Amino acid sequence: MPMSQTHDQATSTNIQTEQRTLAVQCRGVIKEFGAGQARIRVLRGIDLDIYAGETTFLVGPSGCGKTTLISVIAGLLRPNEGTVSLYGEMTSQMRGGALVHFRAINLGFVFQQFNLLPALNAAENAAVPLVVQGMSLSKAVRKASELLERLEMGKHKNKYPNQLSGGQQQRIAIARALVHNPRLVICDEPTASLDAQTGHAVMEMLQELAGAPDRAVIVVTHDSRIYSFADRIATMSDGQITSVKTKQESQLTSDVNH
Amino acid sequence: MLKIGVLITILTGTGNTSNMWRIALKMLFNDQAKYIGLVIGVAFSTLLINQQMGIFLGLLSRAGALIDDVPEANIWVMDPGVKNLDTVFPLRDTELSRVRGVEGVQWAVPYFKAMATVRTQTGQLESALLVGADDQSMVGIPSVFVMGSAEDLRKPDAVAVNEDGFGKVWRGEKISLGNTVELNDRRAVVVAIIKDSPKFTSSITFYTRYSQALAYTNNGRNQLSFVLVRTSPDYTEKEVTENINAQTGLMALSSSDFRDKAVQYVIDNTGIPVSFGTVIALGIIVGVCVVGLMFNLFVLENLKHFAVLKAIGTSNFRLIGMVALQACVVGFVGYGTGLGAAAMFFEFAGRNPNFAGFFLPWQIAIASGGVAAAIIALASMVALRRVLFIEPAIVFRG
Ligand SMILES: Nc1ncnc2c1ncn2[C@@H]1O[C@H](COP(=O)(O)OP(=O)(O)OP(=O)(O)O)[C@@H](O)[C@H]1O
Ligand SMILES: [Mg+2]
Repeated sequence: MPMSQTHDQATSTNIQTEQRTLAVQCRGVIKEFGAGQARIRVLRGIDLDIYAGETTFLVGPSGCGKTTLISVIAGLLRPNEGTVSLYGEMTSQMRGGALVHFRAINLGFVFQQFNLLPALNAAENAAVPLVVQGMSLSKAVRKASELLERLEMGKHKNKYPNQLSGGQQQRIAIARALVHNPRLVICDEPTASLDAQTGHAVMEMLQELAGAPDRAVIVVTHDSRIYSFADRIATMSDGQITSVKTKQESQLTSDVNH
Repeated sequence: MLKIGVLITILTGTGNTSNMWRIALKMLFNDQAKYIGLVIGVAFSTLLINQQMGIFLGLLSRAGALIDDVPEANIWVMDPGVKNLDTVFPLRDTELSRVRGVEGVQWAVPYFKAMATVRTQTGQLESALLVGADDQSMVGIPSVFVMGSAEDLRKPDAVAVNEDGFGKVWRGEKISLGNTVELNDRRAVVVAIIKDSPKFTSSITFYTRYSQALAYTNNGRNQLSFVLVRTSPDYTEKEVTENINAQTGLMALSSSDFRDKAVQYVIDNTGIPVSFGTVIALGIIVGVCVVGLMFNLFVLENLKHFAVLKAIGTSNFRLIGMVALQACVVGFVGYGTGLGAAAMFFEFAGRNPNFAGFFLPWQIAIASGGVAAAIIALASMVALRRVLFIEPAIVFRG
């Protein structure tokens, strides 16, 4: 690894696989919006490492820059300064076309508002990343349908988003995020539009489906009820990472605090 | 609609891309209200352009109807001041023999035309066109006889009337021979019914022999409106017209030149081009506005979805392809619908004598396709820009 690790987590926990693969590496990431007087610095020098095989939660108060950070990590926004590497490839330096291609292969997304295409049925929606990669629609839909069967969503595969409940839509969205087997899955508030029970079920599904040694999952959330699904919790405040702890560590601190 | 996708796959030979295009088509057809609105917008413009241009050109071509009905003659000789077929100045009778003496003239015959007043069966007065053709050759009488024949015109007081004219003079009567009519207060007997080209001004036309026509219009001897000429096979039209001009001081024009002149006269001296032009321009403007607004609305409503596709890894190039395809499909379907509607208009309108002879020229059909393409291009330009510059990061915003 070229750079020294700022957060040395290897000492304390049971996730001590010595050869952990570094999935995301942010170094000195600065992101500003606006120009001139109105210029605001939303990310103020982010250093963060995220490992494959883990689910990392990104938490912090509203407006602290969580969404901005995952947008930068995903290559949807370019940092003003600093670097982002995904699996050793410096995406922050990639040219537009290469970056788009990289995203198509390596990234999966889950959004708070599901963001399914209303014109496509469930199976077609879940198949979109495969089609984007160049697979024929019919073949992609077949693969997506298999995945939906596994999720016990098979009976809904021909339904359109407006015929599905929020929880069902989010399951389809999770299938879409994983159908092409990406190495990094980014979820922004995946349970915020769902009731507690559905949210829990959706997270269970995400964990089951996404959990793989060569895949990293990032979940931005306000929802403390689902913290149990985290392997590691990164806390953000005012554009900076203030701590990265394992679940056990953070449970300890919150026990102390209360 | 699947066929379009297949067609595109074949055309582009890129199976991969066509699958994104199928998604684009699903997006388009999913919003049925807007899709139909867009198609109607393009169809409306196409229909207006074709229908108005068809009528316009049909009207214009009527300015040369008399010329079209005498294909035997290929040169018309007239007073040098003549600008169209409606305003003629009589030539001296002697001019006929002078023209006949010009080198390269195979034959030359007199042709008479004048307006006459006719009293219809119900006592109403209508103005009618009276054509007098050469007594011997009958050159100048249209060739399509619905009833009777050119030979019948040799009888005394015999006239032929065009089919539409018959309907105007004897309203509601089935066409028949033997009816009499007062032409400028003189008795005429209908011995033949003719199908002629529709005229620009008057729809009642009586055809008769030259000598008979003079009898109906009793204003003296100078009645030769035109001299109709056929060139000898060894001479070109140009040579013969030049010879006639030089030797007689009259104006000789080839049939097609005279026709163009008559059409040009209508273009230059009537409000017809302006009024048709205005309607067509309005059709195009409304088309651009309606299609532009709707298409932008469509893209705007789908912007979030395009952003999702972009985030998932769809290149700008593909996204533009998708939007362009959506625009093209709207354009094609709208153009087809509009053209079909225009064709139907001419099909049905052609049965009405007022629209007789109007048709949809293929050049206009193609040109209106160009206009439809321009409308689509204009309408989708802004939309394409929008899609090109979407910030994919908006996918995370509510
Ligand atoms: N495109 C932008 N232009 C200007 N300011 C922006 C833009 N995007 C985000 N911001 C600002 O950056 C700050 C951080 O926003 P961000 O959405 O990253 O916060 P967040 O931690 O995700 O908040 P929340 O928990 O409410 O989702 C906010 O003050 C926001 O107003
Ligand atoms: Mg946020």
